[in-house]
Amino acid sequence: MTTLNPQQCEVCPVNKDAKLIRLGLEAGKFEFVVALAGNPNVGKSTVFNSLTGLRQHTGNWPGKTVVRAEGAFSFDGKRYKLVDLPGTYSLLSTSTDEEVARDFILFGQPDVTVVVVDATRLERNLNLVLQVLEITEKAVVCLNLIDEAKRHGIVVDERALMRDLGVPVIPTAARADQGIPALLQAIAEVATGAFVCKPKRFPIESGVLRKAISKMTAKVQLAFPSLPNPRWVALRLLEGDQRIVEAIKTGELGDLTRQTALEKSLTGKGTKEMNDEHAHAF
Amino acid sequence: MSTPMHSKPEQILTTASTLRWEIGERLHDATIESLYREAARIAGRAVILKDGKPRFSFDRTLDRLVTSRVFGFPLMFLMLAVVFWITIEGANVPSGLLANFLVDIAHPFLKETGASLGFPWWLNGFLFDGMYLAMAWVISVMLPPMAIFFPMFTLLEDFGYLPRVAFNLDALFRRAGAHGKQALTMAMGYGCNAAAIISTRVIDSPRERLIAILTNNFALCNGRWPTQILVATIFIGALVPSHLASAASALAVVGVVLIGIFFTFLVSWGLSRTVLSGEVSTFSLELPPYRPPRIWRTLYTSVIDRTLIVLWRAVIWAIPAGAVIWLVSNIQIGGESIAEWTIGSLDPVGILIGLNGVILLAYIIAIPANEIVIPTILMLTVLVSGSAEVGGGAGVMFELDSETATAAVLHAGGWTLLTGINLMLFSLLHNPCSTTLYTIYKETGSARWTWVSALLPLAIAFIVSFFVAQIGRMVGLE
Repeated sequence: MTTLNPQQCEVCPVNKDAKLIRLGLEAGKFEFVVALAGNPNVGKSTVFNSLTGLRQHTGNWPGKTVVRAEGAFSFDGKRYKLVDLPGTYSLLSTSTDEEVARDFILFGQPDVTVVVVDATRLERNLNLVLQVLEITEKAVVCLNLIDEAKRHGIVVDERALMRDLGVPVIPTAARADQGIPALLQAIAEVATGAFVCKPKRFPIESGVLRKAISKMTAKVQLAFPSLPNPRWVALRLLEGDQRIVEAIKTGELGDLTRQTALEKSLTGKGTKEMNDEHAHAF
Repeated sequence: MSTPMHSKPEQILTTASTLRWEIGERLHDATIESLYREAARIAGRAVILKDGKPRFSFDRTLDRLVTSRVFGFPLMFLMLAVVFWITIEGANVPSGLLANFLVDIAHPFLKETGASLGFPWWLNGFLFDGMYLAMAWVISVMLPPMAIFFPMFTLLEDFGYLPRVAFNLDALFRRAGAHGKQALTMAMGYGCNAAAIISTRVIDSPRERLIAILTNNFALCNGRWPTQILVATIFIGALVPSHLASAASALAVVGVVLIGIFFTFLVSWGLSRTVLSGEVSTFSLELPPYRPPRIWRTLYTSVIDRTLIVLWRAVIWAIPAGAVIWLVSNIQIGGESIAEWTIGSLDPVGILIGLNGVILLAYIIAIPANEIVIPTILMLTVLVSGSAEVGGGAGVMFELDSETATAAVLHAGGWTLLTGINLMLFSLLHNPCSTTLYTIYKETGSARWTWVSALLPLAIAFIVSFFVAQIGRMVGLE
């Protein structure tokens, strides 16, 4: 009897991958909205393409995606809208691409945020993961480029990573379409609530700061009881983030607690549109 | 009763500013610090290195070579020259085969079919000599070089070479007062200027982004590559023995690319010291790992996404342009066709800048797409020089079987080496096509900057051609 290569299972129609239907650019009603975040040049567009069946131009240079690209897929009978965000190293400073990414994760309230990370440069990539986990707890880490990591003699223990981050971590090699079924399964579990994320939030050491933060967090929590990320909002306010101050003044932040992501994506409210056009680069 | 909702936001903001006074600036640093510490701790637990340290030695060695001060630029130009050489050498035969089929076989067949269906001569001419032939010419001349050039360029891109180019050029751009990422948008311009204008969004500072937009035109787009390659083959390749002709033509095209880069820097420098002055912003550019390109997928996507999309654009512009050319060549006013009359009036200006009236008229007809400049020029040249035995009569766009025949037509039209050189320069420097201008308008939202981006290159093209013509005539190139 021949032994089966696990990779062969991924292309077998009996596999649950068969539950994936790539919907391309199709519009219409969606059950869930999924955001795709990550550092520049970690293969977000490649993951985007293998989930949606679109051929968004990919290239081996950072900053390839300057506009938000959207696509769709259906998995296990549920329809998902997928939004490819510009690659950013952090969500703290104020360049346009970071603002687009952050505003979408915060105000667009995606049902799942997939953070694509480069397995060969894990430490730097985790900075962004931790920042995303501050804003939203419904996240999946896509540990991409594991083939490249292997080539460089790097092995990542995804179970340890999963324990430390509190969200699903799925190893993939998107260029070779490896790990995509497992990624879909994780996205579905987080979206439907079958998997409840318990993300780690990074500790602040100084006692004075900690006291200020908890005081502020309590205030925010009181004003917006159903806000999923009061500590993050508190941190931003304490740093004097004008965009968040503005969102509190205009009531935009308050609206977040009343409107679902789906309604938002339908009205287009709260997501800062740069341009929906797909920047096709010849 | 609880506090009314509207007072809460203000309360929060007051608390925030009070607390901010207490903690000062420390929070930002403390957040970043603990973020980095936590990331390092988690990564340290999850990453296992097989040999104690990661092996990036191949990448490092290659990077040291391609970004070296000594070898960086020569390697860049060598690579460019090889890509052009392969394109020029490889495109000849398929171009001839396509022309043979589309023009020599399909065209007479279509005309006969039209005649047998009882089409009047003007309808037959308008449809098949005007619209169809324009399209056939564009396909046979553009498809082969694009199908060779684009996959090679995409493979280099997939491999990770573009950021190294940006790295090499960064210091020069900074000295010109522009953003280093302009090197990336410039590289995109070698494909399509309109797409490159959209890609300037990677540049945050509006000042530097405008500089990148206004100078992107000096990166030859794929509509202009065929013009450059053909004219270089006819006029530069002819200067050397035939076995060196392809190499000499490839080097001439590299030379034009270099002149384009020179003007990119010169104009960026000029703008950043006058109307667009300001600080140069710093940025960090990550040199991504080299990745083995997936050859088959790259070939597939570059043929589908680039070649066919660009070809389609060329075809849909060539069809109406073919119609316009046929009409202006066949509508007579006072015993002279509109085309002859326009060429006659443009000739004095054209000759002053080392070109001629035909070329200027062709550039006016070809404003929507640079791709159709050469077919238009050839057709108009036949029209005025009267060498009708080569072409197919008034207003017929035709494909000439070999470069020798094309050269014969151009020489009959009074073309010299100087005309060829000036045409290459004019094609490099003149205004962007209307699609690019529309994209610039959409991106900048300013009619003023759109006009600047059209008129500035045009003025430079006229000035440079004028001086080259004067100097060329002095040293006897004509």
